[in-house]
Amino acid sequence: MPRPLEPVSQGTRVTLGISFFVLFVLAWAFATLGGFVSRTFLADPITMLQDGWLLLTRFGFLGDIGITVWRVVGGFVLAAAIAVPLGILMGAYKSFEAFLEPFVSFARYLPASAFVPLLILWAGIGEMQKLLVIFIGSVFQIILMVAVAVGNTRRDLVEAAYTLGSSDQGVVKRVLIPANAPEIAEILRLVLGWAWTYVIVAELIGSSSGIGHMIIDSQALLATGQMIFGIIIIGIIGLISDFLFKAVNRKLFPWRLA
Amino acid sequence: MSNTILQIDNVSRVFPGVRGGAPVRALEPTNLQVEQNDFITILGPSGCGKSTLLRIVAGLDRPTDGRVLLNGREIKGPGADRGMVFQSYTLFPWLTIAENIAYGLREKGVPKAQRQEIVASYTEKVGLRGFENHYPKQLSGGMQQRTAIARALANDPEILLLDEPFGALDNQTRGLMQELLLGIWERERKTVLFVTHDIEEAIFLASRVIVMSARPGRIKADIPVDLPHPRHYRMKTTPEFSDLKAQLTEEIRVEAMQAEGVH
Ligand SMILES: Nc1ncnc2c1ncn2[C@@H]1O[C@H](COP(=O)(O)OP(=O)(O)O)[C@@H](O)[C@H]1O
Ligand SMILES: [Mg+2]
Repeated sequence: MPRPLEPVSQGTRVTLGISFFVLFVLAWAFATLGGFVSRTFLADPITMLQDGWLLLTRFGFLGDIGITVWRVVGGFVLAAAIAVPLGILMGAYKSFEAFLEPFVSFARYLPASAFVPLLILWAGIGEMQKLLVIFIGSVFQIILMVAVAVGNTRRDLVEAAYTLGSSDQGVVKRVLIPANAPEIAEILRLVLGWAWTYVIVAELIGSSSGIGHMIIDSQALLATGQMIFGIIIIGIIGLISDFLFKAVNRKLFPWRLA
Repeated sequence: MSNTILQIDNVSRVFPGVRGGAPVRALEPTNLQVEQNDFITILGPSGCGKSTLLRIVAGLDRPTDGRVLLNGREIKGPGADRGMVFQSYTLFPWLTIAENIAYGLREKGVPKAQRQEIVASYTEKVGLRGFENHYPKQLSGGMQQRTAIARALANDPEILLLDEPFGALDNQTRGLMQELLLGIWERERKTVLFVTHDIEEAIFLASRVIVMSARPGRIKADIPVDLPHPRHYRMKTTPEFSDLKAQLTEEIRVEAMQAEGVH
């Protein structure tokens, strides 16, 4: 029996991780191919792959994937570009925090998906509307989480910087920001994951392209194979972006692991 | 008294009570004059206000009353003219050892070539050659504190403030660090204010030991240490050293008993 908190080797970790995926697909295949679940509600894995192949080769699904990725990245980069500096300022300057924190905390609980109908009225059903959904869903989360991280910077490091001659601005630039850079990167990774759920909602309504649009189209045709394929593609893209983010963080912040 | 560098003038500190509690008198009005090139150790039981006094000199805390003058100018906040080494490890974890030592020089805008030269010389002085590109996490506690001393000295401060810098180190390392610091002082003659609760450490390093009383902190005794330089660790076993130690032990014991409420 493994003991609590006992580490496992890298090989065991990978094997265990893959075996759950295998188990999951086996259970799915057993339920569908074995005839326990109606095909109308749930396609079997083989049909799903065939449908997926058809989508990619005949219906230009790669284009849909591309447009969805573009929307997520676009809205997310926009949000991060505004939210990270604001969050740093809020964390660093308490009066700024007192000014913005109550509003941001309130805005954070406004569900991005509920803005979709309103945004369609404001911005039409073009790309701007999709980007705005992602933006609204991400920006307040990033601001608050970055502000908390920066606000929790070790006081003794800040004091050390002052005794070494740093100005207030120097402390922000050369202590608060580098000290929290890894955590900010981690926050961005987390929020990017959430951004994926907003984009699909934005694409379910009033859209003519994207993964979400394909899924809603397939629903009309009862093509559960296609729907599942779309969902799995989202999962795979999420996994890849997560992996890339972690790899970049490891490269950028070697001192974290040192 | 032309060579007084630091003058502590009736400095006291009262911390406001938390959640309606009574205010804490951490420091009674305190006077102290520090001469150029003095190595002063401030000795007292824990909680007697040593850190408070040092932080006020550093400018990290403000006195409730009184003032501190450095070269005749009143201290209003922290600055590069007073280097500080903390008990906790305060190297910047995202900078390498060399970059940590260079931090103050960068803030001052010292050109790169000159910066590298100064960093190399202090890396050498604290015995960290070969570790320039390591991150703090990769170093032992003793090495981190050596880097912190080098980082403070590289800035060429008027006075070096140390708040129990070796408090978290094991005994052997602590002894080596004392010799290293003393060696640097014997060569460079920086003015040093060194806080400790360790009697041997206080005597071994000091040209003057200031004994503080239990809370609220007050200066209770001011004892010159005339042991010859250069000092070697074997000095700790000489009769002169033992006499001083016995004297200070007695002073401190009373205070420690008071601090613990034993009579
Ligand atoms: N920021 C603070 N707020 C309230 N009380 C404090 C604060 N800092 C220190 N004190 C109190 O002041 C007294 C002296 O503290 P300190 O200077 O840290 O003592 P020492 O360094 O000699 O151990 C202690 O009783 C401590 O609890
Ligand atoms: Mg202390």
